[in-house]
Amino acid sequence: MDFSTPPYLLKNASVTRVMAQVLLALVPAIAVYAWLIGPAILIQIALATMTALVAETLMLKVRNRPLALFLTDGSAVVTGWLIALVFPPLAPWWLVVVGTLFAIVVAKHLYGGLGQNPFNPAMIAFAVCIVSFPAFMSQWPNQALHLGLLDQFQVIFGLMPRLDALTAATPLDALKTALKLDEAGIGVPALLANRNVYGSFAGHGWEWIALSYLVGGLWMWQRKIITWQVPTGFLGALFLISGALWLYHPDRFASPLFHLFAGGSMLGAFFIATDPVSGATTPRGKLIFGAGAGLLTYLIRVFGGYPDGVAFAVLLLNICVPLIDLYTQPPIFGMKDGK
Amino acid sequence: MLQLFKFKGGVKPATNKAQSLVEPVAVAPLPSHVAIPLHQSIGGTPRPIVAVGDKVLKGQKIGEADGWISAAVHASTSGTVIHVGPQVVPHPSGLTADCVVIEPDGRDEWIARNPVDYRSLAPEAVRELLREAGVVGLGGAVFPTHGKLTAAKSVPMEEMVINGAECEPYITCDDMLMRERAVDVVRGAGVFRDLLQPKRVLIGIEDNKPEAVAAMQAAVRATGENFEVIAVPTRYPAGGAKQLIRVLTGKEVPASKRSTDLGVQCFNVATAYTAWRAIAHGEPVVSRLVTLTGNVDKPRNYEVLIGTPMDELLALAAPRSDTDGILMGGPMMGFLVPNFKVPVVKATNCLIAHSDALFPPKAPEMPCIRCGECARACPHELQPFEMYWFSRAKNFGKTQEYNVFDCIECGCCSFVCPSRIPLVQYFRFAKSEIWAREKEKNAAETAKTRFEFKQFRDEREKREKAEKLAKAAAAQAAKKAAEAQAATSAPEPVAPSPLDADQAVKKASIQAAMERAKAQREAAAARNTESLTADQQHEIEAIEARRIAAFGTDETTEK
Amino acid sequence: MISAIAVMALGAILLGAALGYASIKFKVEGDPLVDKIESILPQTQCGQCGFPGCKPYAEAIAKGGAEINLCPPGGAEGVRRLADLLGREVKALDAKEKPKSVAVIDENTCIGCTLCIQACPVDAIVGAAKQLHVIIEPLCTGCELCLPPCPVECISIEPIVETVDSWKWKYPVIAITPTDTPKAA
Ligand code: SF4
Ligand code: SF4
Ligand code: SF4
Repeated sequence: MDFSTPPYLLKNASVTRVMAQVLLALVPAIAVYAWLIGPAILIQIALATMTALVAETLMLKVRNRPLALFLTDGSAVVTGWLIALVFPPLAPWWLVVVGTLFAIVVAKHLYGGLGQNPFNPAMIAFAVCIVSFPAFMSQWPNQALHLGLLDQFQVIFGLMPRLDALTAATPLDALKTALKLDEAGIGVPALLANRNVYGSFAGHGWEWIALSYLVGGLWMWQRKIITWQVPTGFLGALFLISGALWLYHPDRFASPLFHLFAGGSMLGAFFIATDPVSGATTPRGKLIFGAGAGLLTYLIRVFGGYPDGVAFAVLLLNICVPLIDLYTQPPIFGMKDGK
Repeated sequence: MLQLFKFKGGVKPATNKAQSLVEPVAVAPLPSHVAIPLHQSIGGTPRPIVAVGDKVLKGQKIGEADGWISAAVHASTSGTVIHVGPQVVPHPSGLTADCVVIEPDGRDEWIARNPVDYRSLAPEAVRELLREAGVVGLGGAVFPTHGKLTAAKSVPMEEMVINGAECEPYITCDDMLMRERAVDVVRGAGVFRDLLQPKRVLIGIEDNKPEAVAAMQAAVRATGENFEVIAVPTRYPAGGAKQLIRVLTGKEVPASKRSTDLGVQCFNVATAYTAWRAIAHGEPVVSRLVTLTGNVDKPRNYEVLIGTPMDELLALAAPRSDTDGILMGGPMMGFLVPNFKVPVVKATNCLIAHSDALFPPKAPEMPCIRCGECARACPHELQPFEMYWFSRAKNFGKTQEYNVFDCIECGCCSFVCPSRIPLVQYFRFAKSEIWAREKEKNAAETAKTRFEFKQFRDEREKREKAEKLAKAAAAQAAKKAAEAQAATSAPEPVAPSPLDADQAVKKASIQAAMERAKAQREAAAARNTESLTADQQHEIEAIEARRIAAFGTDETTEK
Repeated sequence: MISAIAVMALGAILLGAALGYASIKFKVEGDPLVDKIESILPQTQCGQCGFPGCKPYAEAIAKGGAEINLCPPGGAEGVRRLADLLGREVKALDAKEKPKSVAVIDENTCIGCTLCIQACPVDAIVGAAKQLHVIIEPLCTGCELCLPPCPVECISIEPIVETVDSWKWKYPVIAITPTDTPKAA
């Protein structure tokens, strides 16, 4: 008798479907990104996807796993896309390749592959690269220049000299540096008034990408790919702490609106901190996980030395997951009143 | 209208019930033979009280309940017993169990049926009657019903729930029962009510069965009872006893408690029906309603004799040619029976013809991605992926810490898992391993205490013997001394000590016995066995086989 | 410098005192290791390990004098658990693993000599002189100690067959191997 087991009915669910919907949810943001910042992102995504798939294939071969089954699960592609989205779009081609290789080979497969990685692979890639290549990782495109696709391609592949004028800091970084240098005390509101850099509310161009992430995230929530706890915890904590400090000293601290839409907040809240494998699993645990990540993001980006804090915040919280899960086990059916 | 509660989790698979609801219930024709397993309920295995060759009547008891938690079994038709012994039974193991096989005589002749007025009987006698009639939970758990009909001493009985939810896809036998025989169901519930004395009786039916709800409401009115018939939202597993109790009363029964401890008890509608047949018509449980559906052309509900071979039964529904198996029970909690010939038992509520088109083979299993879908689907609010992780690693202590024994094996977690992990299977595995270990540990514990006691006794006996011997020796010495004084010189011949003599006698007798035994053994092979009854013959064969097995396989005894 | 050494010394003294106190306060009576080992042994009392019973074997293991792979009834599983407890290496069982068994007395041959009764370490045999003896199955540990004393070789050891009641759900073996790589549907 073959070893088929009840239940004989299964929902039409698969890892591939889950991952495909995550990718779909990223599409609007990518479109906005390509339109507002430049098509370079598409090149980076293509690079990252290819690298991810090649690395995945090699590792599956080495680890003697069924190729077709795991290659089609889509998890490597999601990792690749996320890496491309958090890296500077004009970064040299090898930067994304190195990051993706590290994510797939070390952060994913050396820990046991799909489902076993304790850390978010994309964030490991980001952390490794920003520590190893801090200069390249902080060269964001200067939006005053409008380069065509071909020019961008040439910049990425080193066929064109990497001029300083091409790049600039991210709005978050720019604000931090400005505040540090600013002895005269111009204050945040005056700085943010520079629409060319800071846009309408959270960075020229970037704010609209963040908004698209929010839309994609809400769609995933509606499709039950993610639950509300992590994004709510993340954005809630970020809102509360930035709001508190803003009220305390509006000249030194940017408004919650800025922080919610600047940098990687939205991407982190909906697409990165919600990674099920490396995140907390219990409902309360997810709230704590999200809130912790939101809080740390703020602390690192405002008081720390890095332009943004999402990667390190998420990685630090990944470490705490077993503990969080252990202490937030929900009571089971029939055991709700204490005993 | 009563306030309904919700249970967490649950899933909504396609119900597929309409197919088998078109036709009314039909009576299945007499099968070529019936094979009635003796063990058809939780608890003690009934002892067979018929032998090969006996003529039995329909409803005649063939298995005597063993212990209080056990229920009698009965011949389901009249005929001749042609076999008493192991047969493959519908069980996921595919193992055999003792059955009584009866060849019907075609008359289907009842024993004398004695309806009783249960109101004139003591509650104890009613419970005994149900035990003798083989009334067990027909929802699938087959727990002897009389064992559930005693209220907890300290907790007043508040609600009695009658379960007509029938939440599993495909199954419609309870639905048809309520549509066609609602009055008897209500009367049976009335009997349970009188025994348990609850404050309220709640009949829960999923709201996808409006006809059944209407029929039951009409029956309640017609019988003048004050039962409440309540439509509950359709969501698997709303028909799980614990889920239905939760929905109707808001009480949650954990695995560590009995529902009566919370003042509530739950019975299936079919159980109530058979209880009423047993009391008011004197008919023990010899048949039940079975849904035939799945990969068949004529799905329908049949009234089927217990023991009917499944292939003969399924033939009535015209299974399609690509049918490659029979699912007993629903697609969520049922299992593929080991072969097509196994008999229908009291737990058989539904037979689903299986084909790969209908139930596609599962895609390969992937690693768990900790998505938590399973935890959200679990009606018992467990963390299936944690239990999976630990049972997979065979870390049973941890599995138990995550409450694997609260799992009702409903299958919701496997149903939703995007990685298609057979989660329930892991939990069943973990549970049975934990049980086996527990048993082993207890056995070791018993062996140890018994060993220690034996050692202690041996010590004591030795001590006592030594004391006795010392006393005797002292006495002898005194005597000898006296004799020595009396006698003068002649040295005494050394007489064999009484102990030695004793042993010699024993040895001789054992020697003799060995020879006798040897002779006997040799004779046994050549003995004329023609005049023996079939029974004795079987016995001799069994003994012979045992002996061959023992001497043939074990070299240490061979030499 | 001096103060640093003084602080260190003080810390050492304090911690030492705390440890000493704890070892007195939480002293465990008896030898818990022997008990723990014994609780893993199957209590068959068969002596197949070469010791006169489970307890002596447990004591010998605790003293370090005995290997952990000598108990056939405990099987590989038992060796593994002993290795876990003691932090020793898992070894292959030093004997053939036998299925769990019980002894059965052949009713036709038994002469009622009572010799097996005396041999049985767990009093699992009932009978009287010149009467048929019977083995109480649930109590029998299958230790085989009653086999040699029987003068007429009427006791045999039989493996316990799996029944519907004792059947166990199997480990779901669904291997992830590259040999079958159907396209994920
Ligand atoms: S549903 Fe499956 S993949 Fe998701 S957490 Fe549960 S076991 Fe893991
Ligand atoms: S089978 Fe058990 S663990 Fe899975 S959903 Fe049902 S009760 Fe929960
Ligand atoms: S009956 Fe024989 S095999 Fe069983 S425990 Fe006693 S001596 Fe051992």
